[in-house]
Amino acid sequence: MTLLAVERIKLFSTRSPWWCMLLALGLTVGITAIIAGNWNEGPMPVLGAVFAHTFGLYVVMVMAALAVTTEYRFGTIKATFQAVPDRISPMVAKAAVVTALAALVGLAAGFGSWGLSWLLAGDTSQLALESANDWRHVAGVGLVYGAGALLALGVGALVRQTAGAVSIILVFALVLESVVGLIPNIGDDIQKWMPFTVASKFIMGDPDQGGMPADAGPPTVGALSPWGSFGYFVAIAVAMFVISLVVVKRRDA
Amino acid sequence: MIEATGLTKHYGRTVAVDDLSFTVRPGRVTGFLGPNGAGKSTTMRMVLGLDRPTAGRVLVNGKRYAELDQPLRTVGALLDAKWVHPNRSARAHLRWLAKSNRIPVRRVDEVLEMVGLSQVAHRRAGGFSLGMAQRLGIAGALLGDPEVLLFDEPVNGLDPEGILWIRQFMHRLAEQGRTVFVSSHLLSEMAQTAQELIVIGRGKLIAQTSTEQFIRDATEDTVRVRSPQLDQLRALLGGARVEDSPADGALVVRGVEAARIGELAAANGIVLHELNPQRGSLEEAFMQLTKESVEYQAHD
Repeated sequence: MTLLAVERIKLFSTRSPWWCMLLALGLTVGITAIIAGNWNEGPMPVLGAVFAHTFGLYVVMVMAALAVTTEYRFGTIKATFQAVPDRISPMVAKAAVVTALAALVGLAAGFGSWGLSWLLAGDTSQLALESANDWRHVAGVGLVYGAGALLALGVGALVRQTAGAVSIILVFALVLESVVGLIPNIGDDIQKWMPFTVASKFIMGDPDQGGMPADAGPPTVGALSPWGSFGYFVAIAVAMFVISLVVVKRRDA
Repeated sequence: MIEATGLTKHYGRTVAVDDLSFTVRPGRVTGFLGPNGAGKSTTMRMVLGLDRPTAGRVLVNGKRYAELDQPLRTVGALLDAKWVHPNRSARAHLRWLAKSNRIPVRRVDEVLEMVGLSQVAHRRAGGFSLGMAQRLGIAGALLGDPEVLLFDEPVNGLDPEGILWIRQFMHRLAEQGRTVFVSSHLLSEMAQTAQELIVIGRGKLIAQTSTEQFIRDATEDTVRVRSPQLDQLRALLGGARVEDSPADGALVVRGVEAARIGELAAANGIVLHELNPQRGSLEEAFMQLTKESVEYQAHD
C-alpha cells in the first residue's frame, strides 16, 4: 500500500499527467460531440458515441509511457530503486496506479461521450444502454484504456526514452496496423491479430441490431469474440509489462 | 561500515572497476579519491545496488544492499543532485522518498530545515541553483537518519561558501559516529575533508591509508638553499640528493632537514643567503601517483 501511495504522489506532483488526462477526455468527448451533433442518418446508436474512443486511448498511453520514461529521463528511477531495491514492487505499484487512473479516464470518456450524445443527437431512441452489448461498448472504453496504459508502461520501461516510447506506440497503433493490411495475401490475416485492431473489436464488435446503419463506422475485424478480443489485448499488455520487469530487474539502473 | 571484496565491473570490454577491495569504517570521513573516469561513481552505484557487479561483492553493515529492509534508513546517498524531477517541488520529492521507506512526513520538514531549504520547499526543484540542488540531495540522503552516507563529488561546482558548509556538515556526521564516504578527484579538497583515504586509478586500488600518512608518503619535503659558497656546501652535503635550480642558481636539497643544513653551514663558516624549507605540493604528488592510471590523458 505504501508503494501505491508513493507512485500516486509521484504522478500527481507533476503536471503532465493532468494535461494528458484532460486531453484524453477532451479529445474523445469533443470529437464525439461533433459526431453526435451531425448525426442525421436516423437514430444515433450506442456505437456512435464511442467511435472516437481511440483518440483518448493514444493520449492515455502516452501518459502511461511518460510515467516511466520521465523517471529515467530525470534519474528519479535510481532514487526509486535505491529506496526499494527489489525493483519489481515499485514497478508493479506504478502499473497499478497508472492502469487504474487510465481506466477511470476511460470510464469518464466512455460515459461522457455517451451522455453528451444524449444531449446533442437528434434522435436518441437507440441510445439507451439496454443490453450487455450496449454496456460493453461504453464501459469497455475504461477497460481498454487500462490495458493500453499497461502496454505503454511496459514499452516505456523497455525503451527508457520518452521520444522513442511515444513514437513506437503511435507509429504502431496509427500506421503499422493499417499498413500491414496492405501486404498481399497474408496482410489481412496478420491485421486480424494486431493488438489495437483486436482491442477495437472489443469496443465496437457485435453491436445489437437496430438503428445501426449497415456500414456506419469503422469495420471491426478479428477472429475472436468481443470478450475474447479483450482477453487477447490484455494478454499482450501483461506480456509486455512482464518482459519489461525482467529486463528492469537485470539491467543496470 | 562498507566492505568491498574483489569488486569488479565490466561495461562491454571496458573494465571500469577492477578487483577492488576496501573497507570504510564508521566515525570518520573516508575520502574516495581518483582521477575522473577512475571508477568512483561506478563503485558507489554498486554499493547502492544500482549497478550489478561483474564479480565480487560489496556489503553495507554486513548485508548486500538489496537485502536491506527499508534501505534509506541504513544508507543515505547523494550521487547526482540532478536526480530530481524538475517540475516537482522539493517537498514533494522528499515526501515520496520518505513514504517509500515509511519515514514519517515530519522528518521531511526536519531535513529541509537542516539543509536550510525550508523557505523554498514548495518551489519546483528545476529552478534550483546547483548549490540548492546539492542541499536538496543531501536532505534526501539524511531522510532516513542513516548510519552510512555516500556522497559523489558533493562539492563539484559549488562556491567556496557551499564547499565549506558541506565539509563541516560531513565532519559533523562523522562525529556522530556515522560512516561517511565521499568521492572527489581533488586531493586538496580531500586533504581538508577526509581523515582516511581510499585512492583508486583505472578501477584499481592504489592506496588505503590515513590522509596524513598518504600526504606524508606522497609528498617529499625539500629545502632551497642559496649561498655564495654553494660548491663547498654541495661537497659537505655529500650523499644527500641535491639538484641545481637553473632559474636562480639556488640548490634544492632533498632528504636533509633545513636545521641540519644550517648547522652544517655554520660549523663550516659558509654564508647562507637563503634557507627555505618547502612542503611538496599535494596535487603534484597525487598526479605522480595516478599518472599511469589516468583514463583520458591530454597529449601536448
